[in-house]
Amino acid sequence: MISKDKSIDIKTVNYIADLARIALSQEEAEILSHQLKEILDFIDRLKEINIEDMPATTHILEVKNVLREDILRPSISSAKVLDMAPLKKDNFFVVPKIIE
Amino acid sequence: MELNKLTAHQLLGLLKEGVIKSSDVILALKERIDVIDSQINAYVRKNEKIELSYVQNGPLQGLPVAVKDNICTLDLNTECCSKILEGFKPPYDATVISKLKSQGAYIFPLKTNMDEFAFGSSCENSCFGPAHNPWNLEYVCGGSSGGSAAAVAADEAIFALGTDTGGSIRQPASFCGVVGLKPTYGRVSRYGLIAFASSLDVIGPITKDVYDSALILSIISGYDPYDSTCVNLSVPDFTQNLSKDIKGIKIALPKEYFIEGLDKDVEQNIKEAIEVLKKLGASFTEVSLPHTKYAVATYYIIATAEASSNLARFDGVQYGLRINSFEGDSSLLQMYKTTRAKGFGEEAKRRIILGTFALAHGYYEAYYLRAQKVRTLIKKDFEEVFKEFDCILTPTSPTAAFKIGEKIREPLKMYLSDIFTISANLAGIPAISVPCGFTKKGLPVGLQFLAGYFREDMLLQVAYNYEQNTIWHKMKPKI
Repeated sequence: MISKDKSIDIKTVNYIADLARIALSQEEAEILSHQLKEILDFIDRLKEINIEDMPATTHILEVKNVLREDILRPSISSAKVLDMAPLKKDNFFVVPKIIE
Repeated sequence: MELNKLTAHQLLGLLKEGVIKSSDVILALKERIDVIDSQINAYVRKNEKIELSYVQNGPLQGLPVAVKDNICTLDLNTECCSKILEGFKPPYDATVISKLKSQGAYIFPLKTNMDEFAFGSSCENSCFGPAHNPWNLEYVCGGSSGGSAAAVAADEAIFALGTDTGGSIRQPASFCGVVGLKPTYGRVSRYGLIAFASSLDVIGPITKDVYDSALILSIISGYDPYDSTCVNLSVPDFTQNLSKDIKGIKIALPKEYFIEGLDKDVEQNIKEAIEVLKKLGASFTEVSLPHTKYAVATYYIIATAEASSNLARFDGVQYGLRINSFEGDSSLLQMYKTTRAKGFGEEAKRRIILGTFALAHGYYEAYYLRAQKVRTLIKKDFEEVFKEFDCILTPTSPTAAFKIGEKIREPLKMYLSDIFTISANLAGIPAISVPCGFTKKGLPVGLQFLAGYFREDMLLQVAYNYEQNTIWHKMKPKI
């Protein structure tokens, strides 16, 4: 699916947009393909650096395993949560039918 | 007396003496907004009801705070200036809001304008239209916390909250001539901040002077069990040591920030600021942060990758906008794709797609993992410098504000305007922007200080000493 030379052609843009669940018009895909190519060319400068043996930074403060006491505490009611939903029924979010 | 023009600490003095009531301050702001905000557009949803009779006891005595549209406020619309969150009323307050309320602050019901989901450096990516720079309405106010900075600069707010992922507090503060503080990552709880890039985002104050910055930071900082990245450290009263002198303080000047492309007027103002600090007894040494030129590239991989993941939740099911079907296709997948296509603006789509790309199979190692490793190098650069120096001084931005429309069609050019602010987020260190003069065109210039982890006290002390020996924080736009 993704082209070998790692440029970002329209086919790739559409494939990625599909993964991201965003519908794109043909025109949007064309503009994005140019813009992303330019951005990725710029980002390619990261390839100059020797990063062998360099650990990846996932958390800046190296905080690990933050746990809390396993006790009940109040939370927002499901009614309040459902109030925010564009479509609901009884105690559920409603989505388009997914099983025939 | 025009109360809207005063700082928080000046007003608190008057409130304490009983000379004024907080409702007088709120009324002054309301009148100011009614007169000028149609030109500035610092606030969104301007029809929200302002409570004039708000009375609150507590240290902040009912002082109003302007809040960026991506920080959750109970039962008060919080939309990230995005169509996809239209009508969203959070069922809870962000921790920073609870803390401010418990200290007696009034949460101003008009929220401040911003780039959609904080994606931008000019406030032009807002679904409510751009906020304008109070110093010149044809110019951007910076972003993404542009509305917060413009509101404070134009005396439409006493102080404001912003958020900073790659410079979004400091750059607009610099463009609008006010003070913007990005705390250390983990100093302030992110609970209730609608996430952009979780390993970079922080909430911080935008204020009229350094004292207010210290005052507000002292209130919003501190441990929060609702945010596991928020550290359990005691919070000092940051206003305590501001006036301590800075004799013997060692300041580093990274040569990578004084480069071609740095505007001549900006450079001149920074040089003059250095002279002021020298007279106050600070010493300066040139240093190198060798990986600076990789910061923007690293940032736009990490930030967009995290954003693509964080924004997956906006799918038309749980909140906000939903578009049920498209051209007869009423499948779940089509609902997702159409809702997101109509709900997200151009820049949000671009970043989600770039981030999805960086995380996609076959690209993850070449982009995301590589960027995280370069991030380690950028962090180490700073750690080296802070072994020897108390703080670092740089311009906040290579230029003053640019014209509205100037960069909006060229994303890469726009991204490069964050070149001096991004590294602090990648390293997680605190940084502050304070006004340090004007360009020949009359636009404000910002001076940035950076310090080691949790050394906001150092930042504020140096910034306060500088500010008190200059006039820039007292200048007001003629609007």
